[in-house]
Amino acid sequence: MSFDIDVRRRLGETEIACRIEPGAGVTVLFGPSGAGKTSVLNMVAGLLRPERGHVRVGERTLFDAAAHIDLPPEARRAGYVFQEPRLFPHLRVRANLLYGHRKGAVSDVDGVIGLLGIAPLLDRWPRTLSGGEAKRVAIGRALLADPAFLLLDEPLASLDRPRREEILRLLERLRDRSGLPILLVTHDRSEAERLGDRIVAFG
Amino acid sequence: MLSAEEWSIVLLSLRVGGVAVLAVLPLAFGLAWLLARTRFPGKLLLDALVHLPLVVPPVVTGWILLLAFAPAGPIGGLIERWFGATVLFRWSGAAIASAVMALPLMVRAIRLSLEAVDRRLEQAARSLGAGPWRTFATVTLPLALPGVLAGLVLGFARALGEFGATITFVSNVPGETQTLPLAIYSALQLPGGEGQVLRLSALSVAIALVALLGSEMVARRAGRGTHVL
Repeated sequence: MSFDIDVRRRLGETEIACRIEPGAGVTVLFGPSGAGKTSVLNMVAGLLRPERGHVRVGERTLFDAAAHIDLPPEARRAGYVFQEPRLFPHLRVRANLLYGHRKGAVSDVDGVIGLLGIAPLLDRWPRTLSGGEAKRVAIGRALLADPAFLLLDEPLASLDRPRREEILRLLERLRDRSGLPILLVTHDRSEAERLGDRIVAFG
Repeated sequence: MLSAEEWSIVLLSLRVGGVAVLAVLPLAFGLAWLLARTRFPGKLLLDALVHLPLVVPPVVTGWILLLAFAPAGPIGGLIERWFGATVLFRWSGAAIASAVMALPLMVRAIRLSLEAVDRRLEQAARSLGAGPWRTFATVTLPLALPGVLAGLVLGFARALGEFGATITFVSNVPGETQTLPLAIYSALQLPGGEGQVLRLSALSVAIALVALLGSEMVARRAGRGTHVL
């Protein structure tokens, strides 16, 4: 299971082009802010349509311009952790976590809640959470939607140092335990080197 | 307190206003959606047309409705042929006049709330496996709900206060089209009608106040922190 991505799209003045060859483990897309890394994740998630190219994950083709394949985002099974938590403000943490969870799905709700240490937060409203708490809930929500792969957009951005270390350790555990292909975007070299099995320079 | 006649005026007003805003709500929501979320040629013109009842003298709006809904008119002719009925001099006609006058306020309120919904939350819902309809029902609509309620209340208040278009379109028929403002106007013409004017005016204020407070409470419960007032 790995990413096979080759996408191109013009956004305003910038031409975004990204090519990722299949390879195991965590792929880090590394480059400066504003280079369009998030746009690449959006193209993989189906939120932004590439003009050319293809997106494959393992055996599944999510997008192929030549073959006119373009799965809608809800059919791609992307576990997308956005740069901002994007928790639903009108739902409590519990309902946020279970939003993408289908009954009978394989993902183990209690296991994920335990792994992330968010059991005490379940009855809180998102606006009462700290940055680190919200980030963990967002990761849990993505994991419980039974994803086929994970997209992490600057997972450590806007967190203070102790929180960064905490989320970093969490991501390492996730990488070692889940076995899901992970595509991670960052502008931080130490983060890229610590988490990535391979690093794709971008921009 | 109130005489039986005055009670029937109040009930008629509530029925006219309630039916008007509830019946026009789907149209208002659809228009608000078009204006907030889509781009198409002629959008500016549609926007202007929707707002027209807000700026045209209500008497003119009433007259245009009269032309359209008269038995020989384009819409009145259809109603006559399909249902063998007319809305002229009927409470249904008063509701139509109120609905037309309430529409721009409702569209404005709903449109603003739709524009305020963070599209990134909808993207998150889609990536979590929700299709467009589920995303709409579970994310967009709940987040826009305070605006929809505000639109309903504003529209209802506007409908309750409707005078010019109503009296031009369906006249001032007691028990059928004589809503609160029309009844107050009639009472003002009568010698010794001051007591009735006072009672009906106080009722108008009370109804508007209850509607505002009620919607505020519902919005607080539904929107957690968002509100109408």
